[in-house]
Amino acid sequence: MEFSEHIKTANVEDVVLRRPFYQPTKGTLCVTGHHLIFSNRGGDSARPFLLLLRNIDAIEKSVENLPSVSSGTITLKCKDLCVLQLDIPGMEECLNIASSIESLSSLETVSEMYPFFYRPPFLSLQDQWGLSSTEQHYAQMKEIHDGWRVSQVNRDYSVSPSYPPAVIVPHSIDDETLVKAARFRQGGRFPVLCYYHRETGTVIMRSSQPLSGANRKRCREDELLLQAVIDGSELGYIIDTRSSQQAQQARMTGGGFESKSCYRGWKRLHRQLEKGKVLQESLIKLVEACGDQSHSVDRWLSKLENSKWLSHVQTALSTAGLVAECVERDGHSVLVHGSEGTDTSLLVSSLAQLILDPDSRTLAGFLGLLEREWVQAGHPFQQRCAHSAYSHVRLRHEAPVFVLLLDCVWQLARQFPLAMGFSEPLLLRLAKEVYASDYGTFLCNSDQERCVTGVKERTHCLFQSLLRANERQHYSNPLYERTELAIWPSIQPPSLQWTCAFSPIQWPFDMC
Amino acid sequence: TENCKLYSRLLILYPGYGVVENVRLIDRTVSRKATVGTLYLSATHTIFVENNPETRKETWVLHSLVASVERPPTTPSGSHLVIRTKNFQVLELLVPQERDATDIHASLARLSRPEKYSELYCLSINPTANKEEREESWSFLDLQADYRRMGVPNNLWVGTPANSEYRVCDTYPSELFVPKSATPPVIVGSSKFRSRGRFPVLTYFHQDTLASICRCSQPLSGFSARSQEDEQMMQAIMKANPGSEYIYVVDTRPKLNAMANRAAGKGYENEDHYTNIKLQFIGIENIHVMRNSQQKIIDIKTPSMGDFLWGLESSGWLKHIKAVLDAGVFIAKAVAEEGVSVVVHCSDGWDRTAQACSLASVLLDPYYRTMKGLMLLIERDWVSFGHKFSHRYNHLDGDPKEVSPVIDQFVECVWQLSEQFPCAFEFNERFLIQLRRHVYSCQYGNFLGNSQKERRDMRLRERTYSLWPQLWKDRAQYVNPLYRADHTQTQGMLRPNTTPYCFKMWKGMYNRLEKSAPPRHSPADLLTAVREETQQLEQELTNHQEVAPRGTAHSGTKQERPGRPAPSTGDGSVDSPPHDYRSTQRGPPDPAMTLPLGPPKGSDPDDLSSACSDIESGVIDLSSRSSSGGDDCKDPESDEAIYCPAWSGTRGPDTGRLPC
Repeated sequence: MEFSEHIKTANVEDVVLRRPFYQPTKGTLCVTGHHLIFSNRGGDSARPFLLLLRNIDAIEKSVENLPSVSSGTITLKCKDLCVLQLDIPGMEECLNIASSIESLSSLETVSEMYPFFYRPPFLSLQDQWGLSSTEQHYAQMKEIHDGWRVSQVNRDYSVSPSYPPAVIVPHSIDDETLVKAARFRQGGRFPVLCYYHRETGTVIMRSSQPLSGANRKRCREDELLLQAVIDGSELGYIIDTRSSQQAQQARMTGGGFESKSCYRGWKRLHRQLEKGKVLQESLIKLVEACGDQSHSVDRWLSKLENSKWLSHVQTALSTAGLVAECVERDGHSVLVHGSEGTDTSLLVSSLAQLILDPDSRTLAGFLGLLEREWVQAGHPFQQRCAHSAYSHVRLRHEAPVFVLLLDCVWQLARQFPLAMGFSEPLLLRLAKEVYASDYGTFLCNSDQERCVTGVKERTHCLFQSLLRANERQHYSNPLYERTELAIWPSIQPPSLQWTCAFSPIQWPFDMC
Repeated sequence: TENCKLYSRLLILYPGYGVVENVRLIDRTVSRKATVGTLYLSATHTIFVENNPETRKETWVLHSLVASVERPPTTPSGSHLVIRTKNFQVLELLVPQERDATDIHASLARLSRPEKYSELYCLSINPTANKEEREESWSFLDLQADYRRMGVPNNLWVGTPANSEYRVCDTYPSELFVPKSATPPVIVGSSKFRSRGRFPVLTYFHQDTLASICRCSQPLSGFSARSQEDEQMMQAIMKANPGSEYIYVVDTRPKLNAMANRAAGKGYENEDHYTNIKLQFIGIENIHVMRNSQQKIIDIKTPSMGDFLWGLESSGWLKHIKAVLDAGVFIAKAVAEEGVSVVVHCSDGWDRTAQACSLASVLLDPYYRTMKGLMLLIERDWVSFGHKFSHRYNHLDGDPKEVSPVIDQFVECVWQLSEQFPCAFEFNERFLIQLRRHVYSCQYGNFLGNSQKERRDMRLRERTYSLWPQLWKDRAQYVNPLYRADHTQTQGMLRPNTTPYCFKMWKGMYNRLEKSAPPRHSPADLLTAVREETQQLEQELTNHQEVAPRGTAHSGTKQERPGRPAPSTGDGSVDSPPHDYRSTQRGPPDPAMTLPLGPPKGSDPDDLSSACSDIESGVIDLSSRSSSGGDDCKDPESDEAIYCPAWSGTRGPDTGRLPC
């Protein structure tokens, strides 16, 4: 299919572009397969304004068709929460442009997306895609080589379609056992290592829920696997990111939890983290609250409370704090899971690592963490970030779990302004890239999908690009002073701030 | 020991000095950990000295900063006393003998509610009789020089002798500026038509646009009264801005309140009588609403996010802060952007008017964003123009209905601005908190009384010291390292974003007591340290270059570099225990309102260091002696250490278990 089929009017002259913090400008609007391009030739800025069509979340149009005036206005509400307005002379042109934007911005075929066409001069497709592999990560952690090994059991993605080909597991557990344990976990996501804490020699693992079901099925291999994790030591903690009631209910649909009698030495704690639709609606309400025009503080605070967003931030940080506390203070290993193990589990495990691990708080370390715990670990980015807060489309799998992570990291960075090697602009940049990007990093839902569609061969990697010298400088925290200590966030409500990053008129960061 | 000697000496100095032993200071933040020590009640402070010979930490609370002392029912272990201070700190004591507790309670109740000015700190402690130094302290700021800085007097505005000896208005300063065309009869006539005689006078003159900000009280217009002189006065103000065709009259009250005042023969300007005025209501609530609102924000219990946000909303505090800032923004825009003069009033013209005028000045003039500028501004718009400090901040035991956090709101607005414009202010948050503290504490004579006349009658300049040179002397700790005089933010008018989400709760002010609030990393402290280090290095470099030709080593001249805050101290937070992540949000209420009496680490100096700054003879001894006694009380961190004890070790006592 050719993009040109969707483009009825490619160029319109004398269009007025209105966007926050800029004077309205008149220029030429051009629709291409992936972009809206706006240039004002006579204007002061030589660079045209470029908007990825994929970034457009909702489009509103209004036309006026009188004998004297025929014109239209298109309001573009973007996934990065910017709101732009285009005043277009000519009703027909306006409608054509609007329909082109509508169809082009909702194309779903991954291999037609812009990252497959983006070829900047400063990057080469021959460069390594991604920062590190499981094997490389393992190789760097010499201290775990005795107890842990890299397993290639998922090399063809047959054991778990959403896991990467290689994972780190206890040395004593062979691949055969893993295969069996995987059958007992939703989506085959058996417990794997995500963090080793040197000081106490304990680990953070993550997985999906066990499929014990209504009949309280057991799986010897799964029990063995967990037994091997706490090998000898008396205790481990399972942090279930669902309420105990939810976990009980999950049994009715084939899911479940680790019962005390079957997993000796493991204690289960429930902390309910919201996800899915609840989280998406929370974001929608938050953005709506930020855009409220009434200028009333009461209304703002009431809407902010009603959105529950900050409560989600608080719960996420508090659960991550609990995990970190188990590992650092109590010296016990932790397994984190919810149901699928692709959302809240990742949120909690990555936040816990930021609290504990100074290496994950550097710029490169943080991006590495995101790559391991989100991209490789199979967070379904494409499903979760299909739409943002403005879309009128009926929601399916959307959920701003990653955005919630970014907000939690922002809170950490606010409370510990010296401890993070990266700065707020990086978080804002990531929040934008996750919805619409020139890079392939956040495409697809799993490593397997990325291999099938050739993402790694035919797109560029965002993380690699962010680590180039000039970008690195832009996203580094000038106040950074590495601390080896854990950074325990305060979860008291006054310590958690709202950020204006969710406002439609946030400060513009590099639009092009 | 040294300290005992010191206190016995004090006992001699101040008869009636109370000493109670085996008192427990309960720190609710660390599992109700208590420290045993001795409580001393001096004429000016409550002092708790820890028994532990290793530390002997001291906690000082100034009597004039005590807001309330509560006595919960006696328990078998003794009697509790809960002291709440005006800067939102809480001290909980357990006294073994009930009789002692009753005595302390009664003494504190009396000491914290002085009935006469002479009982206040700045008057009760006789300063060292250094007349010269004292006089010098009062001449540190020169209001007239600041008027000259704005170009006043000039051919539009002139000084008037009308109020010399406070003849026309006893709550105004004696030196006032009015439009050149305002004749004495106009001034007197206008003052007769204004509440408490507070006729329109100049407070700020904007040289670029020639527009001005004037202030006054409400007109005595009732439903129909008018005054030719008052109308002429307004006309004169407009004429003093050449080329302008109208003036704004900003009534900072809600319109309903203004209308209600008409029934009492007061009210607002009738636009039919005054030619060329545009009346604008802003809607800042009255002092009673503000008092209740602040109480609510102090009382917010913060277990869950929902409750916190609900509490914040229902307190209305941020809404009021926004209203005050909106008033300032309106005036500043009128003056700078439209070039139109503004006359500001509320009811009496000494609360909301002071807030609005001074904020407008901060927004308009970069000078008021410097330390000295802000001092001058407070001296002008608040002190000289008769803001009723003693009534509003309860200096003497008086009518509780007169008390209201009016200047708190101004200070907080400046803080909100500094959050939006981090490079625009020369001072930091600490400066603002310290300023506010002194307004309440009366350690200096600046804020005593309710008007310039009262202060003159009390001869405060002869009997007390001025705060300003002291703050200036300590300016190193109040500097905002991000301040850049040449930054675009710093120049010209500030145009803040006043969207509701831009207003934040001032944690540094209201939540200094947050449960186990670890002193967070402070970028400001780091930057200050880095800057000092850089200067030091540059100094060394210069030294080296000077000596280099001779090629001699000069380890001798090498100075100790001020180190950056080491992670273990400067970043004490990272060492602190995890928060209580185990309890669910709805768990038992956190004793959130108990933390250090002393200020957070590295923040404003504790009571002692400022109390004993250096002027009061008795206290000088105290400070120096206790320092020599091995207790570096002036170390702002020492106080803190009481509250962050054992957890620097590996595990707290209760970390072995996890609830299942």
